[in-house]
Order: sequence, then C-alpha cells, then structure tokens
Amino acid sequence: MKRELTCIACPLGCSLTVTLEGKNILSVVGNTCPRGKEYAINECTAPKRMVTTTIRCENGELVSVKTSQPIPKEKVFEAMEIINSTIAKLPLTIGDVIIPDLFGSSVVATQCKE
Amino acid sequence: MTELVIIGGGPAGMSSAISAYENGIRDILILERDDKLGGILRQCIHNGFGLHKFKEELTGPEYAYRYEKKVKELGISVKLNTMVLEITKNKKIIASNSEDGIFEIEAKAIILAMGCRERAKGALNIAGTRPAGIYSAGTAQKLVNMKGYMPGKEVVILGSGDIGLIMARRMTLEGANVKAVCELMPYSSGLARNIEQCLNDFNIPLKLSHTVVALHGKERLTGVTIAKVDENRKPIKESYELISCDTLLLSCGLIPENELTKRIGVEISPVTNGSVVDQNRETVIEGVFSCGNVLHVHDLVDYVSEEAEIAGKGASDYIKGVNNKTVNIPISTDGKIRYTVPQIITEKKDTALYFRTSNPYRNVNINVYANDKLALSRKKQRIAPSEMEILKIDSKILEGVSKIRLELEEL
Ligand code: SF4
Repeated sequence: MKRELTCIACPLGCSLTVTLEGKNILSVVGNTCPRGKEYAINECTAPKRMVTTTIRCENGELVSVKTSQPIPKEKVFEAMEIINSTIAKLPLTIGDVIIPDLFGSSVVATQCKE
Repeated sequence: MTELVIIGGGPAGMSSAISAYENGIRDILILERDDKLGGILRQCIHNGFGLHKFKEELTGPEYAYRYEKKVKELGISVKLNTMVLEITKNKKIIASNSEDGIFEIEAKAIILAMGCRERAKGALNIAGTRPAGIYSAGTAQKLVNMKGYMPGKEVVILGSGDIGLIMARRMTLEGANVKAVCELMPYSSGLARNIEQCLNDFNIPLKLSHTVVALHGKERLTGVTIAKVDENRKPIKESYELISCDTLLLSCGLIPENELTKRIGVEISPVTNGSVVDQNRETVIEGVFSCGNVLHVHDLVDYVSEEAEIAGKGASDYIKGVNNKTVNIPISTDGKIRYTVPQIITEKKDTALYFRTSNPYRNVNINVYANDKLALSRKKQRIAPSEMEILKIDSKILEGVSKIRLELEEL
C-alpha cells in the first residue's frame, strides 16, 4: 500500500510517498532531509503533534504556551481541555513549566509575564 | 540629530537595529506604535519560526523575545506607544506619544520597518447585509490569542493564506466548528504544511476555486452562500451552496503599510506595493532604507530578519560615509517571475535576489540574463507563489552589465 503525505517538519512541505506492507514501512521517498523520513515513519505508526495555545493567568491575562514535545495526535483535544482548565501562576519566564506532565510532554510558557 | 531612526519594532525593526549596532552604529532609536516590541509575532503563538535562523522551531513570541532581549542588552533606545505621523525628504520624523506630545527627530538615516496589514478586498465585493461576525483572520488571531475572546462558534474562512489556515486550526482547538475554507484560486496561497496540519488534521474541507457570494443575517451573521468559480473567477450559478455559520474570517493576503513612504516620494513598486530598493535595501531617497513586510510580504520571518540585517548594514555604511555605488543595473522579470527584491543593483558585489513566481510550476529553469546573455541557470523541481525563492548571483556576472533579466523557463 502507498500513502501520500505532506511533511510538516519544516516550511518546505515536501510531498512524501510511503510504501507500507501492513504496518511495516518498506520505503519513504520525496523527503529532502532525514527529518522527513522520521516524520513519515511516525505519521504511519504513531502520529504526533505539537500543541500551541494559551493559558489563563491568575491576573486574568493570557500567556502563550506550547507542549515541549509533540504529543499523540489523538490526545490533542483532551490536552486542550486540561490546558484550558489550568490557571497559571505569575510571574512567568519563557520556558517555565506550567503543566509538568501532559501525555508524555510538559506545557511551557512561550512568553514572559510579570 | 539621531544617527539612525528605525520605524517599527517588529522582527524587521529589531533585527535591523541589532545589525546596525554590530556594524558600529551606537546612536539608534526604534519607534514602535504598540506597547511592546515584537510586532505581529506577538499574536503568532504557533510554532514554525526560526528553522533557518536558529535551527530550531520556535513560536512567534519566542522568536521575537530573542531579538527583544538582544535589543535590551545592547542598550538600543526604544520609544513605545509612539506613532510616526510624517517623514520628510530631508529625514525629519514627526511622531507623537502621550509622554512627549508631538515631537520631531532629525535622522541621518532611516529604516522603514512598518510591516504590513491585511487586505480587506474580499469583504467589499460580497453581496448581502453587513451583520456582525465578519473579521479579518489577523483580527480574530489577536482576539483569540491575546484577549482570550472567541469571535464565534461556526466558522467559514474565505482565503487560504497562512493566517487563515492557522486560524482554522486555532479556532477548532478552542472548540469552534470550522466548516470550510474557500479559496478563489485553483491553488492555495498557504504553505503545504499548514494545509496538512491545520485543515487535513481536522477534516476541514479546502474548497479551491470557490468564493463567498452572499452574506446572510441581520444583526449577526447566520450564513454565507458559497459558489464554485469558472476559469475567469466568475461564480457558477448552479453551484451555489448555503452554509450556516455565525463567523466569516477573511484571509485575503497582506499589503505593505506604505502610507508614510509614499508621502516622501519614494518610488513604490506596483507589484510588491513596497519601495523599489537596491541590494542594500536603500530606496531611491539616499539614506532611507526599507526591510521586512513593508518592503514585500514574506512567508518566513527568518527571511525578514535576514533582509533587515542587510538594511541595517546598508544604513550603517551610509552613516559612516562608505559609498561603493559604481553601477546602476535594473533587474526586470518576465511576469512568470512576479518580482525580485532588490530591483536595482548599484554595487558590484555578490547579491542574493529574492523572488516570487505568479503561479505554481513544476520542473523549471530560473534563468538569469545579463545584457540578454544567459549568465546563470538554476533548476527547480517545484516552485510556488506562496514560497519566496532566493537566487545568489556572483559579482562576476555584473561585470560590464547594464541590465539583468530573470526568466522562468518551463521544461
Ligand atoms: S523532508 Fe525535510 S526539508 Fe522536506 S519538509 Fe520535511 S523536514 Fe522539511
């Protein structure tokens, strides 16, 4: 079986063709760099996504956040629910951990807030 | 007298300031109309920034912070909440803020880094009422990401530019139902990766060759009529389809914000809507430079920073009285290549030409003609209007040349 993918690992967006036999990946073509192959393999076995969103702070303002690692794609909406029910304590510096464990990743601030 | 005044404290303004500092200029002032540095990156909380520049993937605020920190470390002066009202030909800047009132600054050199704004065009041609619920994608982005306010629950997006795609995902994550993205053209103007991760991930249909033909609803939008368009971009009657929604986002492209620039008589390119510049990003007015989205709209902020470094260096040389201008070589294009920046070469040195095509192409040669003779040919497998290309030309090509032409050859 062949699967056509668009690599999302960088803005180049290479078109990838993955040849599969059941769950076994036989080949990946179309990638410009090794990250494309890695993406294709992950995408066909355990797709993951970064989540970037905001968290409400104790003073009512928002702080932008991201998952420090990509999380399983099917957990993205669940992750959003947890993030949206969290209140962040201030002050925050870029990289500060707000949620220590979320589906194998953590949630960190991408902005400084006093 | 201030040596260098930079108008705009976004990625272009900050990067050009740092570059000028690194090239020996100390008397630098950045004027920014917002209450913080960072420009549009402040609301671009998604990731994908910095892969070229920092070899890692950053979010907009993180990318901006790296520059903001540097500006502070170097002690470069910044005036926030400051609106520039006018620039004169002899480089006097009239600005205002609540602390200083209206004030004047004389500058030796100016870098224009005002960025761009969203095109509202799509909104004006649509029939029907004007209910609430219609936003530009960038306004919606600011509301959701900075104010924590959701513009609506059921959304249709007109235009498939990157901001529209990013907002489709953003609003879906926050619980909205994004019903469709309509794109007038037969191809998207957004990055392929954004179509994949912002639309396909959530099964949001991308309707190419489609537009919105009517708006419904009195006080609040209740729906839009969409239609397929023919090759002449005229809506096909039989294809009309009503989609109920309470929100319409417009993502119809960006235009450089050049009101200040036009008034001092800088030549504006009708293609880029930005200034005509040389390889140092100097406009036709000596000592006035331009970079970033006010010069031409970029898809990657990394290239904005890179271009701003060039402008910062150019302005520094100008301030120091370095002048290597020995030629005046205009660069023309064939239309398939929409434009290049710079549009003129005034110094015989290795120069990177930034360009975009008018349409997507596969398997092409980009040919550079110097005095009508083929001087350089570069093969490209895939090229698209949404992705800016860079072609480096060697100074040797410029020897004894009076004009350069870029052509796209389909193989
Ligand atoms: S394969 Fe490499 S170059 Fe191509 S999109 Fe993926 S990461 Fe980018």
